[in-house]
Amino acid sequence: MDFDDTPEDAVFRAEVRAWLAKHAPRHAPPPGEADAEGFALLPLARQWQTAKAEAGYARIGWPVAYGGRGGSVIQEVIFDEEQRRFPLPPDAFGISLGMCITTLLNWAAPEVLERFVAPALRGEEIWCQLFSEPSAGSDLGNVRTRAVRDGDDWIVTGQKVWTTGAHVSDWGTILVRTDPGAEKYAGLSYFWFDMRSPGVEVRPIRQASGHAAFNEVFLTDVRIPDSQRLGEVGGGWKVAISTLLNERMSVNEADIANITIDDVVAMARKVAPDGRRPIDDAASRARLASLYVRSLGVRYSRYRMLTRLAQGEEPGPEAAMGKLVLGRNIQDMARFAMEMRGPAGIIVDRQGDPELTEMQEAWLYAAGLRIAGGTDEILRNTIAERVLGLPQETRLDRGIPFNQLSN
Amino acid sequence: MNFDYTEEERALAEQARRLLADKSPPALIRSLLEGEGADRREALWTEISALGWPAVAIPESQGGIEFGHVALCALAEEIGRAVAPLPMLPSIYLAAEAIAAAGTQPQMQRWLPALASGEIIGTAFLTPGAITVRDGRLTGSVSPVPYGAEAGVAIISAADGLHLVDLTRPGVTRSALNTIDDSVPHAAITFDAVEAEPLGARNGSALGDHIVSRAAVLVAFEQLGGAEACLQMALAYVRERKTFARVIGSYQAIKHRLADIYVATEVARSNAYYAAWALATGAPELPLAAAAARIAATEAYEFASAECIQIHGGIGFTWEADCHLHYRRSRLLAQALGPMAQWHDRLADALDRREAA
Ligand SMILES: Cc1cc2nc3c(=O)[nH]c(=O)nc-3n(C[C@H](O)[C@H](O)[C@H](O)COP(=O)(O)OP(=O)(O)OC[C@H]3O[C@@H](n4cnc5c(N)ncnc54)[C@H](O)[C@@H]3O)c2cc1C
Repeated sequence: MDFDDTPEDAVFRAEVRAWLAKHAPRHAPPPGEADAEGFALLPLARQWQTAKAEAGYARIGWPVAYGGRGGSVIQEVIFDEEQRRFPLPPDAFGISLGMCITTLLNWAAPEVLERFVAPALRGEEIWCQLFSEPSAGSDLGNVRTRAVRDGDDWIVTGQKVWTTGAHVSDWGTILVRTDPGAEKYAGLSYFWFDMRSPGVEVRPIRQASGHAAFNEVFLTDVRIPDSQRLGEVGGGWKVAISTLLNERMSVNEADIANITIDDVVAMARKVAPDGRRPIDDAASRARLASLYVRSLGVRYSRYRMLTRLAQGEEPGPEAAMGKLVLGRNIQDMARFAMEMRGPAGIIVDRQGDPELTEMQEAWLYAAGLRIAGGTDEILRNTIAERVLGLPQETRLDRGIPFNQLSN
Repeated sequence: MNFDYTEEERALAEQARRLLADKSPPALIRSLLEGEGADRREALWTEISALGWPAVAIPESQGGIEFGHVALCALAEEIGRAVAPLPMLPSIYLAAEAIAAAGTQPQMQRWLPALASGEIIGTAFLTPGAITVRDGRLTGSVSPVPYGAEAGVAIISAADGLHLVDLTRPGVTRSALNTIDDSVPHAAITFDAVEAEPLGARNGSALGDHIVSRAAVLVAFEQLGGAEACLQMALAYVRERKTFARVIGSYQAIKHRLADIYVATEVARSNAYYAAWALATGAPELPLAAAAARIAATEAYEFASAECIQIHGGIGFTWEADCHLHYRRSRLLAQALGPMAQWHDRLADALDRREAA
């Protein structure tokens, strides 16, 4: 066990610290306005992203040729750790970079990368991921949006839903059905396309939180050139799965919510309306302890995973654990935080009590976190089947052409 | 950063796992619960002492082999996995660690080599309040003391701090006790004006806390090993057992329970690794890291051992099944180093101090 930076990493950390100290403060969001869901502060988020991209910190692990710095996973963690010390606009580019562009990096031709990676890295262009549909969420293979070949193009018609950021996106990656006569998972293909193409209609959906970060996307005879296909015709599932793996990889507390355990500790140390500090009270201590060990458990599990990656191992399904624990823990942290304020915990006062507002936002958002990108139940299935090797769920959709399934 | 065991630590654990599978089978634990097999327990202690397990983290200058505390953690994990009936907790995690951390030179020279070789078993009772001191002599009773009847030396908490007592001195009376896990012997010890010496030159309540924190990290690894053994046992069973013409491992209620046990053990493992690092490097984070490791590991082991019985159904509730060995041990270890509320206090205090700094 060795937690200390290597000499090279220590140099890197010092560099990062100096750079952040100089640049981060200029990008702090106005107090009380941090929006956990990402897009309300888009202009600010863009400026910050551009600053990072220009300094080579936007995606440390990516190849230098694409604007990364060819750094190690450990350096990425170091940057995250240091960045976390500053109030910054929420990351609006997680899906763009972590999923869409990462998939492109693995599957697209060099010319495509030449054109698209840099603008996305600077936050100038935003990407969204059009996977889910009204009848395809957990059961993603059930996608019905149809693509029909027409010369060098495909004509796409259907409906996507819950598409985060579609309303601000320039480009999208999409999973569609190219062969309804094939078995469910064999008839899918994967494309990238222009969100401003004729026939694309984006309708924001108001979320339970009141924000509208996700959307319905209606596609009517949208033309997508075959040259924008990633993977084989009928090989879309394989491409989609590689993206989902990235999603689980990227999970850490600071990435997925605006609050961390440190914020909860800070609140617990302040005198509450009853004149006492929650951290001095036995029941609160018990709650704080349980939140703390889960939060740090995920943080250190990530370090263990990074150690294995650094030794050349592939990311495994173990990463599903991070989101499973954090979704629930963020919800519990926010509840605890609201209770610490006593009856006033329900009052929304952005200017007067920004700290509490963030907790309230996180509390609302956490309900969605436990669904987005794999529900708690699906993640438990993943762990049981792929980590623990238990039998797969009984399925009634095997070996049957998609267009003969009853759903 | 390297957040894992080294090759050497892993090899030691591997060797320990093989030896314990052979020499500390569930049948031995079961006979100890039935009041038999104490001679085999002693033989096991002699054998692993000859292999140097108790000496792993003791300095070479004191008769140890100075392999390090992470190696000791790796061993603890295997001991926990096997529910092995060994006095590592009282003798090494507590007594030897306390003497090494705070003892005077003569105290170290007198006791550490004998503890390292396993020739003498040590123990400790660190809950203050029961013992009075007059003219350097201890009077009063402490109970339950792990290996209280077998131990040759004890660290005892009295009103004026920690004392080191040679248990062969006149005035020491011991009587064996039954506990929820009789594979680990316990006794009550009565002191009647027994000669003792303060542990180290200066010691206050902070020393007791420090010693308990160090022991908690090592116990967390035993708990972790135990929790993983429960998970593996349950997994093996659910792959075989069928109801309604399906293996029970195909039912989602069972799969999700096992996923939750897995998650609890991973949370415990990650907290334990961090604490191992803090222990091995003497980092100032130790009190916080140890409390987190203690809480996570206690939760994981108690959850895994209880659900292991549940997942086995009726057979899980039999004397012959191994589930109850872990159910008993998990509770014993949960109670071993003071109540959970005290660990919540330690964790909260450490967080509070850190933020105040
Ligand atoms: C905030 C947010 C952002 C999102 N962003 C995007 C995005 O950008 N792009 C995109 O494509 N999608 C996005 N999604 C969609 C998300 O991936 C799906 O909502 C999710 O996969 C669940 O699918 P569903 O909504 O159809 O629910 P369902 O799959 O119908 O699930 C309903 C309930 O049934 C349970 N369930 C389903 N199957 C099983 C099973 N086999 N075993 C046990 N329980 C089961 C689920 O756990 C859940 O509790 C987003 C969702 C949210 C909430």
